[in-house]
Amino acid sequence: MTNSTIVVMGDRAEYAPPAPERPNLRLGQLSLIAVTLFTFAFLYVPIIVLILFSFNSARTGAVWQGFTLSWYQRLLGNEALLTAAGRSLIIGIVSTAGSVVIGTLTALAMEREHFRAKAVWDGLLYMPVIIPEIVSGVSLLLFFAAGGIERGLLTLVVSHIAFSMPFVYLTVRARLADFDRSIEEAAQDLGADEAKTFWLITLPLLMPGIVSGALLAFTLSIDDFIISFFVTGKGWNTLPIYIWSQLKQGVTPEINAISAVLLLFSVSVIALSLLLQRRRN
Amino acid sequence: MDGASTPLHAKPDVEDSALANDFAVELRDVVKLYGEVAAVDHVTMFIRHNEFFSLLGPSGCGKTTSLRMIAGFERPTSGVIAIDNKLMGATPPFRRDVNTVFQSYALFPHMTVEQNVAFGLQMKGINKDETKRRTQEALELVRLPQLAGRYPKQMSGGQQQRVALARALVNRPKVLLLDEPLGALDLKLRKEMQIELKTLQHQVGITFIYVTHDQEEALTMSDRIAIMSRGKALQIGSPLEIYERPNCRFVADFIGETNFLDGKVIEVRGDFATLELPSGQTFVGRVSEGVRAGAHATLSVRPEKMQLLENASSTAANTYQVTVFSIAYVGSDTRVIINLGAQRIDVWEQNSSSTLNPDDYFFKPGENAWLTFKPENALVLAG
Repeated sequence: MTNSTIVVMGDRAEYAPPAPERPNLRLGQLSLIAVTLFTFAFLYVPIIVLILFSFNSARTGAVWQGFTLSWYQRLLGNEALLTAAGRSLIIGIVSTAGSVVIGTLTALAMEREHFRAKAVWDGLLYMPVIIPEIVSGVSLLLFFAAGGIERGLLTLVVSHIAFSMPFVYLTVRARLADFDRSIEEAAQDLGADEAKTFWLITLPLLMPGIVSGALLAFTLSIDDFIISFFVTGKGWNTLPIYIWSQLKQGVTPEINAISAVLLLFSVSVIALSLLLQRRRN
Repeated sequence: MDGASTPLHAKPDVEDSALANDFAVELRDVVKLYGEVAAVDHVTMFIRHNEFFSLLGPSGCGKTTSLRMIAGFERPTSGVIAIDNKLMGATPPFRRDVNTVFQSYALFPHMTVEQNVAFGLQMKGINKDETKRRTQEALELVRLPQLAGRYPKQMSGGQQQRVALARALVNRPKVLLLDEPLGALDLKLRKEMQIELKTLQHQVGITFIYVTHDQEEALTMSDRIAIMSRGKALQIGSPLEIYERPNCRFVADFIGETNFLDGKVIEVRGDFATLELPSGQTFVGRVSEGVRAGAHATLSVRPEKMQLLENASSTAANTYQVTVFSIAYVGSDTRVIINLGAQRIDVWEQNSSSTLNPDDYFFKPGENAWLTFKPENALVLAG
């Protein structure tokens, strides 16, 4: 019994001793496989259904009628949607640029400067990652309203920087943790002043961390609904807000198609980020 | 010792040199404090042009901190540093005419070997053609021209080491600083690189300041060595001076092997002092700085400078009957441990014959023998 428990509990199958063929062990393995399959089904079946139905020729309902690409063609002709997508793209690019600059410089300061209560400041930088989005959204809305700031592009960009900057900070900080400072000293020793050392040595070496942080920030920005919903102004629908507004008329295959495109986009960006991180190693 | 590091039986460096005030690097009364701790404690040293100068000591002795202050990565708390007779003060590293070979090599991982080596020349604004030519020359000097297009991580430790060397030497600095550059290499490669470095230094005619904790390395390569401990430069001298005339117990103990016999000085006459052990025996050795009659002192005598005899006259100086405790054959010599009363002494007898019979060795454990050594082969050290 003990033997089988080890195998069921632990994912390190290689540590299990060569077990004799025992019926309860077989049962353990089978249930493990079943749980795993269920987990994957739970995670991915809805998404697969969504993608499938984006190719369904039926206008409504969950009945498969035939294959079509017309919903995707329709997307290209939907001006409101394209405008919203364009806005999301602009907000994504601008807020990512802001997050990259602020996040990288903050990481450098936190890693290299000495000041009081550093652990507290570090914790405060992590906080936005765990603060419930609804709380961030409401507080930002209040803040902008109290400050008399008109809601629109500016408030969206500022808010997106606020929630995505910590991710850039985290990835750059991780990269800095195993940064050999003697490489920078070597550059100075060879005649590079501080500015040249930063541009020619420090920045290129941090680049993989900065890029994967930026890609994370960008996908978060493109995907964001809750915070954007609170801080957006009239006529400043982002793509997720547009999708949500269309849902009032029920789930259409067109929405399935946008979602599939958005999914493909996010997955590609994350895949690119992982690829870059792997190349660094 | 108050940091005024003067080799024993020699005049201070300043007067020793032909050009009294012309040095590659000078450190005068340099102190570096980290909080309350003095990493470097009133160090004064004068490093001559084209000299291979080593800073030798155990880890934490202040040798790397001293090197980093010369490079400009750290600033002295007090004292002055001059390079090529120019006071450095707050001069940043990128305006000092020195280059460093780092312990970790610190090659730029995102640049090829060629780009690494060319970096310093580009920073100096040297034109493309000359940069290319000098980079090529530097790579030939370290015998790596065929690897110019590689990235550092595609190379072995020894090759990276040579790239680091080329990258520093290509700038033709006044002084090359080397921080344990061979520390990461295996023993065989280290020995090869020691010879290579020494040859290279002759070839390029640049002052080398070399930090190491390996005494054999320092003895093999250096013109002069500064022995450092706890932030102080205890002794500065040639390998011969350091080994044969250590000026204190620490240096005698740190360099090579030695026996210490503690006692009281009963007489100082000319160059020699007589020491009496608590057990009553007296020994004579060369007197060194600070040894006074009536004070406590230590006789230091190296194992290879003593002989064991079958018979000897008990009236001769430094000659006593002893008991052989153990014998170990180590090839080039036989290492004998003897007891003189309660005192254990190591004696190394050179194996000058090639007998195969272990019984041919004169002494066996438990037997008596006579220990003897010449007064000029022993040192009486203060404290």
